[in-house]
Amino acid sequence: MKVAIPADSKNPDSAVSLSFGRAPLFMIHDTETGSWESLENPAATAPGGAGVKAAQVLVDAGVSVVLAPRCGENAAEVLLAAGTDLHRTGKGSLAENLTAFEDGKLELLTDIHPGFHGH
Amino acid sequence: MLSGKGGTGKTMLAVNLAALEESGLYLDCDVEEPDGHLFFRPERPSVTPVEVPVPVVDTALCDGCQECVGFCRYHALAWTGKKVLVFPEICHSCGGCALVCPRKAIREEFRTVGQVEEGLSGNTRVISGILSPGEASGTPVIQALLARVAGKRDLIMDGPPGTGCMVAETLRAADYCLLVAEPTRYGAHNLEMVHQLVRAWNRPCGVVLNKVDSGDNPSLAYARSAGLAVLGAIPFDLELARLGAAGEIAVHRNETFRQTLLTIRGNMEKGVNS
Repeated sequence: MKVAIPADSKNPDSAVSLSFGRAPLFMIHDTETGSWESLENPAATAPGGAGVKAAQVLVDAGVSVVLAPRCGENAAEVLLAAGTDLHRTGKGSLAENLTAFEDGKLELLTDIHPGFHGH
Repeated sequence: MLSGKGGTGKTMLAVNLAALEESGLYLDCDVEEPDGHLFFRPERPSVTPVEVPVPVVDTALCDGCQECVGFCRYHALAWTGKKVLVFPEICHSCGGCALVCPRKAIREEFRTVGQVEEGLSGNTRVISGILSPGEASGTPVIQALLARVAGKRDLIMDGPPGTGCMVAETLRAADYCLLVAEPTRYGAHNLEMVHQLVRAWNRPCGVVLNKVDSGDNPSLAYARSAGLAVLGAIPFDLELARLGAAGEIAVHRNETFRQTLLTIRGNMEKGVNS
């Protein structure tokens, strides 16, 4: 199972990115091999539709769980339609949040915000 | 009429300049908050909906090739592994997804995003663009407004605030841009932003300083440093504020103000013709 977390750097001990659609990259953990790999977020600098694009990248990468502090409604619609579970991150690093998720301590992310659309 | 920020007096100037004409044409392109009609109060305006095409995917024909998803540079389409999701409010109605679909599984349907109202107020023709609540982009409504006045030369366009897409859509149709600015540092900053945009489009322009009091005027300082022509100044005046709040057109009620606007109009004409 692949778990994705928005991140600002490739170090598993670094903080979770505050943004989903505009995060510079996603760190993806494979629970079977225990490995981390990074995936650049091509939507980070997109003029629009960043949430949709970022979600699409994760769906295409075969991610089945996303851990994030918050998520916009368009991104959530894509992720949920693809059967991806969304959990809210808590305090701590990427690795600490992954452990918390594996221990069943991260609740589902349900309060989806309407997005930060600047036009 | 443009301004880097809202509330500087675009509508006040646009309405009054249009009202000076014998048979003026006023176009309200501030489609998120069109308020010129509150002054003109046109009688029984005609109402025309503004519609844009958006894609609809026939799931029976779609085989999941994702050509459409890859083509859309606005990311208005997504593939979930089972079906294509469409985000109509992100769509820019280019029609490309339907063209690239090898299965001809995408057709376009029309969706209403706003309306155009047109009516007469005395001798002034008033045309307002109104974006529907909740819509993300007013550009299609502005395009509908501009199509309606195609070929007409003498008109006043009341622009949207800021420097975004809707402002660019408005100013590219203009022969001259009148910038309205307040005497504050924030006002001067936003004046500089919109001035840069207007220069990028190579439009002649000038600034009207509004709400001028006896203190410093950072917008005037900017205009001087940037070589931006000052067309006139309108004082910070309780009488003008009262007229505006009452929905009155000030040039019809205040002779001093009418003279000020005639001077601004004259200076603007020199700029248009230079």
